[in-house]
Amino acid sequence: MKRPGFNFWGLLPAQLIMLLTMIIPIGIIVVVSFSTRGAYGGFDYIFSLESYQRLLFSVGWTDELEFNPQYLLIIGRTILLAATTTAICLLISFPAAYFIAQRQGQLKVILLYLVTLPFWVSMIVRVYAWLIILGKNGVIDGTLSKLGIVDNLGSLLFNNGAMLVGLVYSYVPLMILPVYASIEKLDPALIEASHDLYGGRWKTLFRVIAPLCKPGMVAGAVLVFIPSLGAVIEPMLLGGGKKMMMGNLILNQFGMDRNWPFGAAVAVVMMGLVMAVMILNALRAARKQAETA
Amino acid sequence: MGGAKTDVKRYPGLGLFVVLFFFYLYLPIAVVVFFSFNASKLASIWGGFSMRWYESALQNDALLDAVKTSLTVATVASLVATTVALMAALVLVRGKGVKFRKTSETIVNLPLFLPEVVLAVAVLLLFSNIGLQQGVTKLIIAHTTFCIPFAFLPIRARLQGMTLDLEEAAQDLYAGPWTTFRKVTLPTIAPGVFAGAMLAFVISMDDFITSVMLNAGGATTLPVYIFSLIRSGVSPELNAISTLIILVSLVLASIALALQRRS
Amino acid sequence: MSGTLADKTADRGKSVEIKAVSKRFGSFEALKTVSFDIYDNEFFTLLGPSGCGKTTLLRMIAGFERPTGGDIALKGKNIDSLPPHKRRVNTVFQSYALFPHMTLEENIGFGLQNLGWDKERQRERVWQMLQMVHMQEFRLRKPTQLSGGQRQRIALARALAPEPEVLLLDEPLSALDLKLRQAMRNELQALQRQTGITFIFVTHDQQEAMDMSDRICVLGDGQVQQLGTPREIYEDPANRFVADFIGESNFLAVNVLSVAGDKAKVRTPFGFDIEARQKAAQPKTRAMLSLRPEKITIGDRGAAATMEGEIIQQNYLGTHSQYVVRVGETDVLVTSANDRNDTMGYEVGETVSLGFDPASARVLGE
Repeated sequence: MKRPGFNFWGLLPAQLIMLLTMIIPIGIIVVVSFSTRGAYGGFDYIFSLESYQRLLFSVGWTDELEFNPQYLLIIGRTILLAATTTAICLLISFPAAYFIAQRQGQLKVILLYLVTLPFWVSMIVRVYAWLIILGKNGVIDGTLSKLGIVDNLGSLLFNNGAMLVGLVYSYVPLMILPVYASIEKLDPALIEASHDLYGGRWKTLFRVIAPLCKPGMVAGAVLVFIPSLGAVIEPMLLGGGKKMMMGNLILNQFGMDRNWPFGAAVAVVMMGLVMAVMILNALRAARKQAETA
Repeated sequence: MGGAKTDVKRYPGLGLFVVLFFFYLYLPIAVVVFFSFNASKLASIWGGFSMRWYESALQNDALLDAVKTSLTVATVASLVATTVALMAALVLVRGKGVKFRKTSETIVNLPLFLPEVVLAVAVLLLFSNIGLQQGVTKLIIAHTTFCIPFAFLPIRARLQGMTLDLEEAAQDLYAGPWTTFRKVTLPTIAPGVFAGAMLAFVISMDDFITSVMLNAGGATTLPVYIFSLIRSGVSPELNAISTLIILVSLVLASIALALQRRS
Repeated sequence: MSGTLADKTADRGKSVEIKAVSKRFGSFEALKTVSFDIYDNEFFTLLGPSGCGKTTLLRMIAGFERPTGGDIALKGKNIDSLPPHKRRVNTVFQSYALFPHMTLEENIGFGLQNLGWDKERQRERVWQMLQMVHMQEFRLRKPTQLSGGQRQRIALARALAPEPEVLLLDEPLSALDLKLRQAMRNELQALQRQTGITFIFVTHDQQEAMDMSDRICVLGDGQVQQLGTPREIYEDPANRFVADFIGESNFLAVNVLSVAGDKAKVRTPFGFDIEARQKAAQPKTRAMLSLRPEKITIGDRGAAATMEGEIIQQNYLGTHSQYVVRVGETDVLVTSANDRNDTMGYEVGETVSLGFDPASARVLGE
């Protein structure tokens, strides 16, 4: 019954790995973001606010600071795209999950399996597929011009819309599973009771079903929002590198631009955004608990 | 069926919506598979049926190298991650009087709360600080880290679903802690352990961001190689490679999902 | 009756000794200090409402919980420091807890294997157990392929196979339907006689407890309320809790006039005084008179204590009928056997006379 020490030894490897490869390195990110860019890439441990300054200002001809919104624009676009992705995923997932939850027996199992399946396919392959569909002479362009509906539609790529399609496609399974779980848990008698008390379909949907499924929706929203915020593949392939998101900006600083401190600073901003979402979520949960207590 | 219209749980148009949703989910996969059999050199204009791109894909040494690297990394990372996650889950679900249980669990799941690109930067800075050069080793360490929560969650779910009285019954019937674990706990949670290992394996195989960030070491993983192919232009061979990947993923996913379902 | 029990137990050894055992979970006191002995070859029942601490006590004997205070001895040896797998007791779990990945044979053999019995002896014992519960032909099945009653039998066979000193049964009949439950009661009782193993049975069902037990320990509020034979507990309840929990009773507020030995003279709300056996009554105080509904007869003017009242409620229950009779300002519950075909019983609104023998009433402290 008592495993002396197992509580300690069993947890140790996992905690140690997380400490060494995540917690300490995150500290290093913060330190590096306040240090100076090295002469040949990399960085020197000399305190500097240069990287954070660079987020807002660029240095002009005569060393004066000019407000430059180019990075703010990227941060803004990232937040907007991640939020829109989350909203669209929710709008798609809820009805689909509801439909699946209402099926019976084998059909339900099969549909649930089919919904999860694409998520297991390599992300890069799934995003690449949209390249073939949306690209010039791609499936849509090719089909439409062959049918003579539109001639020379050209490429549908390299805009926010294309990125959004890819982002939603990448992360929708992360939303549908928690939403499905919360609908599945819903007691059907509650829906019947609402109708029995003269609530119509839509009134029941908004007053009974949706509020009860809120925990699942919130969980799904967090699961989708976090990776969307850090998306790299979708903007690279579907945004064509011109419409950058924060993930690309970070990757570039550690790649060809070789400005590690600035890359670290953008990573710190990204962590800040994630933290803000988590704190808001925790506050919401705490308030809810206070209400029910 | 006359009752369908009065069924309170039905919403008009929902069926059509779901059909469109599944179309959206599977169209990209179908397109890739379809054009992989294209005889034409153009990736998205049909020029007749051919298997030639599969032949050239299977003779592509760079591709095979990338597959080998990815398989090595994914196998080692998922095995280590599953072992570590299993131990952690046993303590966090079954351990008595564990201190800081909530915090410990958050730490084990930490990679889920951060965008992967941040994690990639973190390990990059770590390795540059300790001066680790060996590419595959770097990948294995990084992949193990972010695979742990994916292995942990199915195992934890399975353990939580297992009532305590089976283990108590084993102890009642004179089984010591190790016998209880080996003969009762492990067989009962085995589907969760397999599902966790499989999930970790697929997540590692699929990883692009961390691998591309650490790429300097010279070890190219499969997604990084595919990315370089996409960069150099869409080709039917790429479709063939993608189709093979889709095939393998679907088989693995089916096994994992079937295991998770079996109770 | 208590005399015969003493005879029966005097020369018997003690199977389990509960010595001043208490248990807290955080700030919750699951069990206040309890002490009693359980004898060899006894069918002993821990009876009480949910939350009374009976399952906690059972789990402490099995070793799944450790007492906060006190000791437990098995066959005279203190077992507090022994983990469950080193205690020669076995449990039949409420959920049965059969291992779903093992066949019935493997389930029954599990304990024997862990005890290191040799293969041949294991095989023989498993077969013997399967025979005992009439499940030989199912030996290669998995538990999921069994009905509730069959699972129950296998759980019993598995727990009895290692020949434990004591068998613990944690509400094992609660998952079965009524008919099966009745059959299993008889089977359990027969098994206990046959094996001679001490059974400690936990239940909240007083019928079950009365039916099977040699002795019952009534637990309430984490304390022993009464320990005795089924008859003692029903006929001679120690306090209001026991009288209320076991069967039904009328509780009448009375004034104690005088106390002499185990008798007390009390004034009833019906205006007359009676003398009845008492427990914990003090002179010149208020007390409770407990009177079982079936000890009151309707239309009996010859009894020592009689009164008149009006029937205000009538329920026909097959073997007997139940009446609520208003006597003055007190409602009295009366049951009357439907053992004759020539009477139609009484109707609501009828005025009837009630009678009871004071020897069947008990004065209990308030």
